[in-house]
Parts: sequence; C-alpha cells; structure tokens
Amino acid sequence: MNKTILALAVLATALATTTACSQGSATKAPAADGGKVTLRYFTFSAAPDHVKDLDKIVAAFEKENPKIDVVVETAPFDQYFTKLQTSIAGGTAPDAFELNYENFVTYAASGSLLDLGAVGGDSDVSAYAPESLNAFKHGGKQYALPASFSTVVLFYNKDLFDKAGVEPPTADWTWADEQAAAEKLTDRKAGIYGDFQPVQFFEFYKALKQAGGEFLSPDGKKTAFNSPAGIKAAKWLVGKVGKTMPTEAEIGGTADYDTNLFKSGKLAMWHNGIWQFAGLKDVPFEWDVVVEPGDATKASAVFHNAVAASSATKLAKEAYAWARFLSSSKVAATTRIESSWELPPVSDQSVLAGYLKDPKPANRQAVFDSLKSIALPPVIQRQQEMQDAVTEELANAAAGRKPVEEALKDAAARVDELLA
Amino acid sequence: MTATETPASATARRAGGRRRAGAGGRPPRGRRLRYALTVAAFLLPSLVPLTLYTLIPMAGSLWVSLHEWNLITPMRWVGLDNYADLLGDPGTRAAFLHTLAFIAGYLPLVYAGGLGLAMLLNRAMPGRALLRGIYFLPVITSWVVVALMWKWLLNPASGLVNWALGLVGIDGPGWWTDPAWAMPSIVLASAWKDLGFVMIILLAGLQAVPKEFHEAARVDGASAWQRFRHVTLPLLSPSTFFVVVISLINGFQVFDQVHVMTGGGPGGATQVVVEQVYTFTFQYQKAGAASALSWLLFAVVLLVTLVQVRAQRRWVTYA
Repeated sequence: MNKTILALAVLATALATTTACSQGSATKAPAADGGKVTLRYFTFSAAPDHVKDLDKIVAAFEKENPKIDVVVETAPFDQYFTKLQTSIAGGTAPDAFELNYENFVTYAASGSLLDLGAVGGDSDVSAYAPESLNAFKHGGKQYALPASFSTVVLFYNKDLFDKAGVEPPTADWTWADEQAAAEKLTDRKAGIYGDFQPVQFFEFYKALKQAGGEFLSPDGKKTAFNSPAGIKAAKWLVGKVGKTMPTEAEIGGTADYDTNLFKSGKLAMWHNGIWQFAGLKDVPFEWDVVVEPGDATKASAVFHNAVAASSATKLAKEAYAWARFLSSSKVAATTRIESSWELPPVSDQSVLAGYLKDPKPANRQAVFDSLKSIALPPVIQRQQEMQDAVTEELANAAAGRKPVEEALKDAAARVDELLA
Repeated sequence: MTATETPASATARRAGGRRRAGAGGRPPRGRRLRYALTVAAFLLPSLVPLTLYTLIPMAGSLWVSLHEWNLITPMRWVGLDNYADLLGDPGTRAAFLHTLAFIAGYLPLVYAGGLGLAMLLNRAMPGRALLRGIYFLPVITSWVVVALMWKWLLNPASGLVNWALGLVGIDGPGWWTDPAWAMPSIVLASAWKDLGFVMIILLAGLQAVPKEFHEAARVDGASAWQRFRHVTLPLLSPSTFFVVVISLINGFQVFDQVHVMTGGGPGGATQVVVEQVYTFTFQYQKAGAASALSWLLFAVVLLVTLVQVRAQRRWVTYA
C-alpha cells in the first residue's frame, strides 16, 4: 500500500509539469515619478537589426511627450505571439504592441484590442494610405494603426549569373524562365544552388495567386485551393526541392540557412522580403532584386505590421499617441526609409521617394512595382492551425511521402475542417 | 516531495506505534495537539509549494478542460466536449501511439544500458568513482543543452555521427529530418541522458545484494550467467521496479527533447502527447483541449502505474 502511495505521489509531481503552466512577470503599475508614466511597447520587427532605429523614434516621441516614458520589449518573431498571448491571458499585457495582418483578426475578434478610433476621436487619418488603414479595421472599428509594410521580391546574385553566362532576371520573367535559369545555375558539386523558395504556407498562397487560383471560396467558408491552379502552384514549389534547391535533410533544420547561403555567394536566386536589404549591405558580390516572376499573372506577397493597444491598458490616450507617432510621424517614416526598415504606409508619395535614393539594391523601384499586383494572405480565425496544416502537407509532398495531388487534397480537407 | 513526505509518514507510524504501546488510554489532548502541530510543521515546507504549484493548477486545469478558452477571451463552458472531440480525433491517437513508440524504444535501451554500466562499475577497478560521476553528468545537465547537442551530432548534413559513419562507408540516415528515423534519434538522445540515472539506482541495488548468495551459488556450481539470471536479477527486482515505474512516467511525459530536436516533426512523426498539449495551448489557442488532453494522459499514466503496482507482487522479490 505504501508503495502505491509513493508511486502516486511521484506521479502527481511528475504530472504537475504537464498540467501546470506558471505565469512569469508581475504586473507593473504605470509608476509615476514626477507625473511621468511608463508605456510598455512590445515588438518583433525591431530586433535584431533595427533596435537603434526604434530607439531614435522613441527618443523623438518622448521629446514631444515628456510625460511618457516608452519602454521597448522585443522578442523574435517565432516566439512573439506565444509571449503576447500568455501576457494577455496573465493580465500583464504590454500597453501597446505590434501585430501583423495575419494575426490581427484573431486578436481583434477576441476583444483584447483597444478601439483606437474611439480614443482618437475624429483625428485626421489622411496621413495613412487608405488601403493599409482598412486592413486593420474589424467590424468597422480601427483596432490598430498600420506602421509598416514590406513585400517579397526575387533577390539574385549577379556574379553567379555572369559566371554561368545566364541573362539576369527581368520584370517580365515567368516561372519557366526562372526554372530554366535555376537549372543552369545549379552546380551541386560546388555547393551552388540556383533557387531558394521555402515550401510553406506563405509561398503557397502567393504562388497560387500567381497561377491564377484562389485560396478560399468567395464567401470565405470553404477552401478553393485544391484546384488545377493549386496543384500547379504546389508542384512549382515542391519541384525545386532536391533539384535547384537543397532538400530538408541537406538544410538540416539550420536557422537562417537560406540567408547564410545567399550571403556566402552560393545561392543564385532567393525569394525573400525587402527586410533583408539592411543585412546584405556588405556582402562581397553584386546583387539586385526584381519583381517575382509570375505564371498566369504576377502577384507579390505583402506583409503588413501595425501597432495596437491592449484593451486592458490604463494608458489608453498615451498608447494611442504612441501608436499614431510610430505609424505616421515624419520621424518614424524617414527613420524607416533611411534604414531600409520596411516601408511606412503613408499616403505622401514624396516621403516614399526617399526610399529610392539608397543605391543598393539598384533596382529599388521593383519594391514599388511589386505593389501593383499584390497577394494578401488568407486570414481565418484559426490562422496558425491553417498555416501549419498547409505547410505540413506541402512538406510531405516535398519529401516524397505523398504525391502532390494527395497532399493538396489532404491539406484542403484539414483547412475545411478548421473553417467548419 | 516524496523525500520529505516519506520520513514524515514514517514518523507518524512510529509515533502511532508508541501511542498504542503506551498505558492503553488516549494520550492527553495537549499532547495530541502538539503532535499534530509538529507533523504539520514538518509537512508545511513541502505542502505549501505542492498546493500552490501542483494541486491548485491541477484543479484549475480540470476546470479549464471543461471549457473552450483561447487564453484571451473569457472561458466558455462546453462540458465534456473537449474530451469527446479528443477521443474522436485521429491526432490524439497518433500522439499516444508516438508516445508509446518512444517508450518501447527508450525503456529497454535505457534499462539494458544502465544495467550494463552498473554491473561494470560495480567491479573493483581504478577510476571507478570518476567514471560513475562522468556517466551521471548528463542526468544533471539541462535537457535543452543535451537536445541541442544531439541535434548537432545527428545533423544529417554536417553532424559528427554521419561523418563517422561516412568514414566506414555507411551513408548515414536523415536522422531527425526523416520521419522513419526521427523517433529513433530522440530515443537515442533520451537513453544517453538517462543512462546515468538508471545506473545509479541499479548500482545501489547491486550493492545491496549480499555476497553470501553469490558465494553459495558458486559453491553449488552455478555459471556466471546462471548467477546473474537467478541471483542478481531477482534480488535487483525492487530497483528494477522503481526504475521502470519512474522511466515509464517520464516516458509518457516526453517533451523537452522532442520540442528542441524536432518540434513534433517531420510531418508530425514525433508529435507526442505533451508536445500536442503545448501546440494546442501556445500555437492554436486551445487551452481547454490542451487541459483535457493532459488529463487523458494523467488517466493513462495512472492506469499503467496501478497495473504495475499490482503486477509487482508477482515479480518483485524483496530479500
């Protein structure tokens, strides 16, 4: 009997680790020294490359608002939403925080965001590009202010193209051109790959649009990607793996594998976002960008980030002032442009023109050209589950565990279940 | 917790015995109260954290498991729906099967390895204490460190293991990037880490085996294998029982190494139960389903442990 008790006791302790989850930091009251309040701002896009740029914006804001002390907290993107979610659940939410377009609906629908429109009253919003502003409305309310956007383009290593005697990409390229060039550029013995485009949800919904397909039905209640266009898009992504692009095993789960491959001059073409510009300043080879090749049509992925305030904050006015400053002030816009830290979603085109002054990459115009035909990610309530399901099934196809058609059918079934 | 509770209950037994052995009448009220207070004082240091960090959260998770909760909005009562959904979900079955596959690989490996090491290091040999210490080091090392190290050792492209295999002409597998090899990779890392723990327990068990038994067996002409099979193993069975119970409970809760090495992948091949609990809570905002799954796991572990406790009467020999 005694041993039973012992076993049960051991069991209880051991189980505690699975059932219990503790909450860390204590609530910090907006402490006042000399009437000064502390405003906590949580961000993923500043670290590691742009912390100093954010500090610059904070300093300008504090100068204008001497009674507000902005404290910046950062987390890497892949941990950011876990931390944000637990801090909201634990009642230690930051006063203001960054949200991306994909996760905005989840948070807005859950009631954890402050209605910034109500706080701001009828203040002037003409500084914002209207389509960006609308992206962060939910149920007619402005729950976040758009702060930055970025697009995905095709990066290419000019030196590798020259060496292989292949004409560099142009804005008119299609998938077929890209594939032909990638095959010529790939030299596996030398460890050089022609192309790199991750096989996952974000590349898929965009490739789908490029192939002329739709992810969801018009009413948004069912998937529409298990179609000829969907199969074409999936085959386009999966077909590169192991041919012009390394396999999952070759990548070996290494973080930033593709970034390092490109930086070391061993990758000819790279599908990635313009947030990479700053990190590529000092690479010892010539590189440039073009608008991504399309298939039936052109379509470029656009990522939007916005500033929201917690519905639980005691500093609604201050949080609004900060959100507004960070998203639309002249200082914020020019700081972003000068440091190539994504783009400010401002309506004033002359501000954006400054972005073209930076000499590298030469074809910066491609960033604006890519905005002419954009693909916004499909957004549903159970966003993360959808993204994981699609990525997982595509990975199954890429590793040869399932034919593409079957993987796509399974992915559609899984997402349909999430929409039900 | 067990360490502090067991002496306390032993004290209680001893004190109770003294009371019964006394003059026959009930002890005066004051002494009983003082005795109760003494017991409470001894229990308090472990009782407070146990209540705060184990019992209350467990009760809380039971409550959460009856709700739909995304951690942000207020909870919504759904009764037993979470449990019903989980039982009908092929993902749950897969998670339990993956966990069982882990245990099936891990338990024999860690036990056989630990027993081998214990027998080896039970002999008189130079540097024995140092070796015991070295083999125990992984046990007290953080799982994150160990998992990262194994992830690198088993890296399909640039890992030491595949490099070494390459030297003898073997084309190493994709390890944790290959669904067929991912679980064996995790088993390998887990067994390596826990070997020292099993070794220490069994070593203590071996040292408790009286020398006379071996000598008597030798006099009777028993071979080394017979002595091992019929003297050592039966007398080691209490230690074996302890190791098996603890390893099984730990095995059912395998998480850290999975989370660091594969995150449940590739293609969900290592999605074990606790990894599923983590994914539900922190990726999919389904705290209710996660809590319900925790309780299902609890029920399974409880059942398995009860069966073991019952079965031990048949195979555990107390010398």
